[in-house]
Amino acid sequence: MLGRLTVEALPFYSWVAMGGAFVTVAGGVAVFLLITYLRAWKVLWTDWLTSVDHKKIGIMYVILALVMLVRGFVDALMMRAQQAIALNSEGYLPPEHFEQIFSSHGTIMIFFVAMPFLTGLINIIVPQQIGARDVAFPFLNSVSLWMTATGAALVLVSLVIGKFSQAGWTGYPPYSGIEYSPGVGVDYWLWALIVSGVGSTLSGINFIVTIVKNRCPGMTFMRMPMFTWTTLCISILIAFAFPALTVVAAQLTLDRTLGFHFFTNGDGGNMMMYANLLWIWGHPEVYILILPAFGIFSEVVATFSRKRLFGYPSLVYATACIALLSFTVWLHHFFTMGSSANVNAVFGIATMIIAVPTGVKIFDWLFTMFRGRIEFHPSMVFTIGFMVTFVIGGVTGVLLALPPADYLMHNSTFLVAHFHNMLIPGALFGYFAGLNYWFPKAFGFKLDRKWGIRSFWFWLIGFYLAFMPLYVLGFMGMSRRMEHYADPNWQPYLVVAALGAICVLIGIACIAIQLVVSARNWGSSRDITGDPWNGRTLEWATSSPPAPYNFAIIPDVSDIDAFHEMKIRGTAYAPPVRYQDIVMPKSTPLGPILGALAFGLGFAFVWYIWWLVALCFVLSLVCVGIRACDDNSEFVLPAAEVAKIESARLAQISPADLHDMRDFVPLGEASGEALPGRGM
Amino acid sequence: MTPTAERSLTTYLVGFVLAVVLTAIPFAVVWGGLLTGPAVYAVIAVAAVLQVMVHLVFFLHLNFKSTPAENLFFLAFAAVLIIIMVGGSLWIMNDLHHRMM
Amino acid sequence: MTDISSGNAVLLEEEEKTSLEAREFGFWIYLMTDAVIFALLFATYAVLANNSAAGPTSNDVFELSHTALETALLLLSSLTFGFATIAMTLGRSGRVVFWLIVTLLLGVCFLAMEFVEFQGMLEKGAGPEVSGFLSAFFTLVGTHGLHVAFGALGICVMIGQVLIKGLTLPVRSRLVRLGLFWHFLDIVWIGIFSVVYLPGVM
Repeated sequence: MLGRLTVEALPFYSWVAMGGAFVTVAGGVAVFLLITYLRAWKVLWTDWLTSVDHKKIGIMYVILALVMLVRGFVDALMMRAQQAIALNSEGYLPPEHFEQIFSSHGTIMIFFVAMPFLTGLINIIVPQQIGARDVAFPFLNSVSLWMTATGAALVLVSLVIGKFSQAGWTGYPPYSGIEYSPGVGVDYWLWALIVSGVGSTLSGINFIVTIVKNRCPGMTFMRMPMFTWTTLCISILIAFAFPALTVVAAQLTLDRTLGFHFFTNGDGGNMMMYANLLWIWGHPEVYILILPAFGIFSEVVATFSRKRLFGYPSLVYATACIALLSFTVWLHHFFTMGSSANVNAVFGIATMIIAVPTGVKIFDWLFTMFRGRIEFHPSMVFTIGFMVTFVIGGVTGVLLALPPADYLMHNSTFLVAHFHNMLIPGALFGYFAGLNYWFPKAFGFKLDRKWGIRSFWFWLIGFYLAFMPLYVLGFMGMSRRMEHYADPNWQPYLVVAALGAICVLIGIACIAIQLVVSARNWGSSRDITGDPWNGRTLEWATSSPPAPYNFAIIPDVSDIDAFHEMKIRGTAYAPPVRYQDIVMPKSTPLGPILGALAFGLGFAFVWYIWWLVALCFVLSLVCVGIRACDDNSEFVLPAAEVAKIESARLAQISPADLHDMRDFVPLGEASGEALPGRGM
Repeated sequence: MTPTAERSLTTYLVGFVLAVVLTAIPFAVVWGGLLTGPAVYAVIAVAAVLQVMVHLVFFLHLNFKSTPAENLFFLAFAAVLIIIMVGGSLWIMNDLHHRMM
Repeated sequence: MTDISSGNAVLLEEEEKTSLEAREFGFWIYLMTDAVIFALLFATYAVLANNSAAGPTSNDVFELSHTALETALLLLSSLTFGFATIAMTLGRSGRVVFWLIVTLLLGVCFLAMEFVEFQGMLEKGAGPEVSGFLSAFFTLVGTHGLHVAFGALGICVMIGQVLIKGLTLPVRSRLVRLGLFWHFLDIVWIGIFSVVYLPGVM
């Protein structure tokens, strides 16, 4: 009846595991009680969970990412603590537990922090940047969100019922095969990946269609804001790379549950094919995480330097180049597999070539800042911190791209330091910059600056403290993922790294404080105009938070910095002659229902509860069928109501709130040119 | 029957005949043992590629006039990526196979 | 929110048209992602094809006449779906249903033949758990078969929609997308007989 699920699945075997389970359950209960206390269930269900509004879906994505960031960071803190004390001793974590922690840390940070964070920001902003009222497929968007949330839920449940994978976030066989990992851990990992991977693929398709089909009149491809460009590129990467993850995860699942021999040691399996397929997805994935952050940096650096983005076409071409090249380098993740010199050389050179377009971007941002009037807003500070730190990570990456050097560094802490050095500044700092930059757009009030700057410094210093020692340790020969060690020379570095982790903890606390302080002072930091930073792109043309339809009248643009130009022409806040009826998508409970069914399916598969698998599968098909036959998924918002919302907004804005645009007239012709009257 | 419908009927029928011929050739070659060695693989490969094109043109109605440019772009992009992924995988795994012998 | 008046109906219809265009484009991208899935399954098969690990080899389990018949069924079903599409452009819903039923029957026959083939292999002790070669074979061909089964399910749903709703704009758009899917599966099958069956019996 319940497959292999028994009472023994509960974590009564160790105090640490019980603690983790307790915190998870207590957190869930606390949220449940809080919502009940606030009598918010109905509002939550009708206005949020069943909503297909891209802005609300985006906010839910970001909340999911922030919650999972805390969960993933606790793992990091535990690993640092273990390694700081585990010299010739067992520390406080048994090996099986330590393995689960590094596996879940990687899985959570990639799939349930970075992916939802970037998807959330894209959801909130991209439709507004291209002057659209919604994404191309609002319902599919809701399904994507719930698939991602389901994957995260599976990882969280593994803390309480059963164990998580011990095979690392990449799950290489044969260790992740049924022979060496007979428990449920790897299955939890696989199903979290498969379900959230489906969500990501659907998001990718959705945003390709949105950007290709839904741009407002006048917005040619070469007038799209950089963030939209990077979104288009990563959506294409998602659509073409995630199938590889689906394939490899499905094959490993078949190996584990039905005794197939794709990656087994004997019977004609080939485990290196796993590494090959995984990294066909895995390398593009790195750029899927980093490119949107590059887009955010481009927006932020132009806005807070008060200049047009330098070298816009070169940024576009560099992004497209990186996107294509990212599919040609995957072997560098397994140089040590032992290919012949020719193979290694081709992939090594391809890897080094990617550094070129990335370098182009860095120079473009530097030249945008050059002679600009830089404002040290938290998002700008994160951008500058990124540029300095990311270059170091890039240089170590080029070092690793040399196959002979890679043989020495492979699977050492040098590698760990390298990819954290890419992803923390290259992805996370970008998302934090985006959070500070676009928060007022989503919620209608600004985030506190002081705590934003503090969070930046703690993150930056914490990052250097935590990862520079790991570079050194890598040279000293320390492997990654060590539960204990015998070399006393390593310990001082590991203690410093642990201090760095504490520093980052304070950085995360600063972000939490920033959110609380800003929410408490929201009355005094309201964003009335919808344009708090004198922004340049179309998302600042809507109110903050935007009306459900974003734009009452679809704008017509004639410049890259469309909104900047509208402000100079004085047309930014002019009411139209006449409002129109607007077609809006209806909310639907099918998104969360499909999410719940996917959870049931994944959970039942993990525990071999086959009747539940079949039931959830059939019900999912029924839901899809219901939706496929539905011709009535939209409603019309009448013009009178639109006029009411819009005039209420415009009435609030007084001329004193608007930015003084005289400094910017006339617009500098070439990008990067000094503004007239400023002297150069 | 309208002229357009007639034209599309002809398209389907021509496509079908071409597809049948292009299927029959490799089957005949393998079944009848008409050729040996690498030549067989070459015939199979060429016939398969041609037949895929026949299907795309006659059944999926791809052309440079009426098909939207973005559809063609994504088809071309998918083709390039499939060549990179499959070709790269086979190259890597074959190379490994030789080194393991 | 108000009742939908005639003016709104026009607006909704316009919106529907653009949204259907978007759906067709989105479906095209979905097909490309599916093509990547199949491409990687093909790559896996090519890597594992010789790893029969003391189990039966491809020569022992493949039967070319069976494959030729399957190919014929699938190719014919592509043609009949084409006839359904033509009937749709002519607005003849009765004929659409007729050709869809023919397509469905051909598809079901194909699935039955595949089932017989798999059944026979399992009885001969050539199941997917025997060797890397057979794992890759069953996964690749089975995935294609699964797609055909979903396509057949889709045809059933569309027969129902044509009968109940008639050839409305959304129904026609769904039929076009289902047609793309069906023709796409035939293209994948070209790959299967060219990569799996024909080289397998040599």
